[in-house]
Amino acid sequence: MAQATQTNKRFLARFAERTRHGDAIFQAIALIFGLVVIGLVVAVGVVVLNGSALAREKFGFSFLLGTQWNPIDTDLGPASFGAWPAVRGTLLSALIAVVFGAPVAIGIGIFLAELCPVRLRTPLSFLVELLAAIPSVIYGIWGVMVFVPFFTDNIATPISDSIGDAIPWLGGPVATGRGLLTASIVLAIMILPTIAAITRDVLVLVPNTQREALLALGATKWEVIWLSVLPYSRAGVVGGVMLGLGRALGETMAATMLIGNSQRIEASLFAPATTAASLIANELTNANSPLHESALIAIALALFIITLVLNLLARLLIYVTSRGPAGRARA
Amino acid sequence: MSLLKTIPANYASRQIVDRVMRGLTLLATLIAIIPLVLIVGYVVVIGGGALSVPFFTQTYLPPEISAAPPADLSAPAVDPAAPIVDPNATADPNATADPFANVDIGAVTGDSAAPADGTAPVDGSAAPAPGSSIATAAAQGGVLHGIIGTLLITLTGLLLSLPIGILAGIFLSEFPGNPLATAVRFCCDVLSGAPSIIVGVTAYILIVVPMKQFSGFAGSVALIFLMVPTICRTTEEVLKLVPETTREASLAMGAPSWYGTFTVIVPTALSGIVTGVMLAFARGAGETAPLIMTVLGSNIVSFDMFQPLAALPLITYRYTESPYPSENSLAWGSAFVLMMLVLIVNLLVRFATRKRLR
Repeated sequence: MAQATQTNKRFLARFAERTRHGDAIFQAIALIFGLVVIGLVVAVGVVVLNGSALAREKFGFSFLLGTQWNPIDTDLGPASFGAWPAVRGTLLSALIAVVFGAPVAIGIGIFLAELCPVRLRTPLSFLVELLAAIPSVIYGIWGVMVFVPFFTDNIATPISDSIGDAIPWLGGPVATGRGLLTASIVLAIMILPTIAAITRDVLVLVPNTQREALLALGATKWEVIWLSVLPYSRAGVVGGVMLGLGRALGETMAATMLIGNSQRIEASLFAPATTAASLIANELTNANSPLHESALIAIALALFIITLVLNLLARLLIYVTSRGPAGRARA
Repeated sequence: MSLLKTIPANYASRQIVDRVMRGLTLLATLIAIIPLVLIVGYVVVIGGGALSVPFFTQTYLPPEISAAPPADLSAPAVDPAAPIVDPNATADPNATADPFANVDIGAVTGDSAAPADGTAPVDGSAAPAPGSSIATAAAQGGVLHGIIGTLLITLTGLLLSLPIGILAGIFLSEFPGNPLATAVRFCCDVLSGAPSIIVGVTAYILIVVPMKQFSGFAGSVALIFLMVPTICRTTEEVLKLVPETTREASLAMGAPSWYGTFTVIVPTALSGIVTGVMLAFARGAGETAPLIMTVLGSNIVSFDMFQPLAALPLITYRYTESPYPSENSLAWGSAFVLMMLVLIVNLLVRFATRKRLR
């Protein structure tokens, strides 16, 4: 027995001796893998910066405003790289998506946080979040096969035929049905869950005293939401909308499959257009000159910077909202 | 003084506004559920209808070769005497209405296996224009190559991301005071917010260009960028949920902090970590944009990670544009498999987390 205790003690002592540096080594290993994560971001930044150096030196900032995108030398003129069609398509499609999507998504967030029966809250939240989990290529195939024909026959063509002559951006031929507006509507569906989830989360964090104060004054439920809950969490909701905007800007597959991929700038929303992401997806692997490749990577750089800034601002707003007003304890 | 007299004059109109606005939020929720039901419904009905045993056991078969009588294959590519609008009139009178008769399918889908003779699909009916009606033709061939490719690419990416994501998550939760922790957290946010196409560009420049070869491995590297933030943040969250008393108990038993972390804290939070890993897997399996420029796609079963591979999302993407109904069916079938993967993983995760919370 004494022997066993002795052995055990010796083992423990040896174990302690051998693992004396264990914590230091553990921290070092964990730190290294933390650094790997930072390294991933640095890798993206360096690659995109380096890859776009050629185009940035040659064109400068006017690159983003050039209206001609002809990657191949032709008899008509030399190759020219202007990113404006892609930039315009990206901004327009994302903005239209937010205009359609944000009010609906904020409504969902309000319903889930404030009005929904408690028993339905979890399943409904799950369903809305499921929209975010569906791979974007499935939105693409559904959009191409189901939504585009429906939209073309029942909405786009009647609008274009009736008021299209008076309003140029709703006019023009609706030949294939694929265009800016179809892509935007599918993008709007895709950003619903992002905005709705953030809205719900920041609304839930509003202290109950805020609601009770207004209820005590005799307000209806909607007045409580409109006059007290929403103003209190305004910054967080705006942050959620910005996250949605960031997702719409960078979405690739649904845009590529639905927007028609045309480099021409046309007034009509029914006309095909292109976005930065779909331009890269379509042309990077068959870039026919170093300059072409570099120009595409320069577009990727611009996209990266825009989404980065949007995400950071959004996270900051959401963080500030969920922390509550400065200098006051959260109820 | 009766209660009625204290009701303000505008109360009725305020109540109407209240009802209307509350109704609108309910409407908004329904508006979100409708596309979900439509998308899931269409994929289940059409994609599920495209499933069969060959779908899972065979690889790609070009529509013509399996359906057309041999005489059609020897038909001249373009008969110079025939009117240019319909080169197939002599080959297949049924195909006269086919608006895609002149389209070189190889140019549309980038599919090298499609024959260049421009023959229309000869399954007895004219091929509908993509989008004008939904493909109902039976799928020919299968997507075994895509299933194998997706599994290879995603699992390799997952294996590479696991150590990075989990250890970075442990770093964030166990050393929160470290000045680098904020930077790591920030980088996770950046990665999870970055458009997947940017990740694809990065992997293309880092792997494909130096190796002069599209490869499954490049796709796995691209997926690392997308999986690591999911795994890292989930790991951090669930490790933080482990009660402080558990940590203290482990330390009180004389265990060094690293030993406690690996034998007590991580096992306690294991189900949560597995949840994060499964979500990352589902996300990675459905990613398409980075694969376009790294994996490229292929039509044969291949296990070589350093050659172009097939992948289910790529099959869906490329064959959606195809004018051949049988290829459209392959696209729907692949979409169905992907969707089921995502749905099952999400339901499992939902079930697992509910159990843990209880």
